[in-house]
Amino acid sequence: MSNGLDIRGVTVELGGARLLDGIDLSVEPGRWVSVVGPNGAGKTTLVHAIAGGVPLKAGRVLLDGRDVRRLRARARARSIALVPQSPVVPAGMSVLDYALLGRTPHLAFFATETSDDVERSTEVLEDLGVRHLADRLLETLSGGERQRVVLARALLQDAPLLLLDEPTSALDIGHQQDVLELVERLRDTRNLAVVSTMHDLTLAGFYADELVLLDQGRIVKRGAAGDVLTEEHLRRHFGAQVTVLRGADGPLVVPQRPRRRAVP
Amino acid sequence: MTTLSGGAVGVGPTRLRASWLAAGVAAVLAALVLGMTVGPVAIRPGAAVEELLSHFPLLGVHSSLSAQQATIVSQLRLPRVVLGLLVGSMLAMAGASYQGVFRNPLADPYLLGAAAGAGLTVTLVIVSTAQGLGSTNPTVPVAAFVGALGAVTLTYVVGRSAGSRSPATLLLAGIAITSFLTAVQTYLQQQHTQTIREVYDWILGRLTTAGWSQVVLILPYFVVTTAVLLAHRRVLDVLAVGEAEAGTLGIPVARTRLVIVAAASLATAAAVAVSGLIGFVGIIVPHAIRLAVGASYRVILPLSILFGGAFLALADLAARTVTAPSEIPIGVVTAFVGAPFFVLVLRTTQVGRR
Repeated sequence: MSNGLDIRGVTVELGGARLLDGIDLSVEPGRWVSVVGPNGAGKTTLVHAIAGGVPLKAGRVLLDGRDVRRLRARARARSIALVPQSPVVPAGMSVLDYALLGRTPHLAFFATETSDDVERSTEVLEDLGVRHLADRLLETLSGGERQRVVLARALLQDAPLLLLDEPTSALDIGHQQDVLELVERLRDTRNLAVVSTMHDLTLAGFYADELVLLDQGRIVKRGAAGDVLTEEHLRRHFGAQVTVLRGADGPLVVPQRPRRRAVP
Repeated sequence: MTTLSGGAVGVGPTRLRASWLAAGVAAVLAALVLGMTVGPVAIRPGAAVEELLSHFPLLGVHSSLSAQQATIVSQLRLPRVVLGLLVGSMLAMAGASYQGVFRNPLADPYLLGAAAGAGLTVTLVIVSTAQGLGSTNPTVPVAAFVGALGAVTLTYVVGRSAGSRSPATLLLAGIAITSFLTAVQTYLQQQHTQTIREVYDWILGRLTTAGWSQVVLILPYFVVTTAVLLAHRRVLDVLAVGEAEAGTLGIPVARTRLVIVAAASLATAAAVAVSGLIGFVGIIVPHAIRLAVGASYRVILPLSILFGGAFLALADLAARTVTAPSEIPIGVVTAFVGAPFFVLVLRTTQVGRR
């Protein structure tokens, strides 16, 4: 029995298409694994398969040795917190009310939040630097502010596993760094196991302990950023022309214009 | 990028404020007193309240009304006001719940076919029974109740058989069932033109004045559905982030949706059974509250119950007094009064937000 996330042979089929094919992956507490891959590789499906949002054709998802498929919704939400790629922004909901939704799995089904829950939520908002926005409506926040609030909701679930689906895709480069630094700090202070999907390969390499390269539903490469982010891999699986430079924090993936063929 | 927010002091989660609750209770009491006093036989508010309280033996209050006046108040007007309060409450509460569970601002209590189903069964009863009995036929409430619940059940079964559990499938099934049942009802109605007026009377909605029997009939449904839906008020707020995210937050979504839809449909069926098809209340009252007070169902649901009841009771007062001794169909009044009022709420809140 292992600690953390352990998935074995996870296979997902939808409408006859095999979206994930025998995925094995383990993430120990305090470790960050980033899933990269071309569009349609199955990154988001993998995240939702772990979270319990899509039915598995085969395989198991274990968290601290327990099969998360057998958990009831409440218990699962106490174990796994998900920051979706495009979170629904409910109209007319205040930031504090939204953060408090994260306490749902800790409340009895028909109960409302206690002052403890409110205090906890305010602390987490404070920790993420958005407490001053607590009474604002969520829909009035900027993308960067909103992402922090969604992260606050996920953290308030007090789950040992944090799933991030494209956490930076809607953000400018400054806010991307901001959010990723924040996740790294939280992972350290809370000893979270983190699984994220990332489009930006350079940033993915900077922050993750391990990169997993997914293509057509299979893991085609895994390991340290330097081993996964090679010009050869990115050409073969992304069809991309890149130069990979050596940077202080990890490989720097720099796109190149494809050379034009000479017209005869 | 960073925006400083004012009023960070005293920030708390959305709660039902005492002032709004008091306003709702006041509206209900006002509707109650007005409903008892206004009519062909004028009765002073003080005397009406005395008459009301005299029915509670422990209070030791004695009515100063004559026997005839007392009968008018306690057997004619009071049951009708109470019926209006209950029906309005149930329709507004059901509408708010449907809007929450389907995350659709256009949802109303008749969304899943309740109106079409009740319309069909009531038309069947009216055209197949003796002429002249019409919409006062004692089997009409039973037929309406069965029709409304039957249609919603049919919608649910059809939606499930489509293979998808998404709310959109359920809504589309509701549209199909509504169209189909309405087609059958319209055909029946056209084939029996001699009863067309009675059918129409029922469809436009009416609160009956047959003593307390109707109130007794729907009171259990009111109590049960109100308890179930109020218990889900926070869950409805969680569902505002959509079914997928609500699931990751620990809500068993499919089961929860079924319970809420069932309770709201039961409330709708009970309301339809005693009052016909009263439009407008179920969609306008929750929206007016949403615009005025906020989007949390912890606020919308309890206030819909209070203001929905008061609104319908007052609309019924207008329906029976404006053109007395004849009555205007209450559905006409709710729309005639409600639409301009809603536009007013819409305008003032939009202006206030800029």
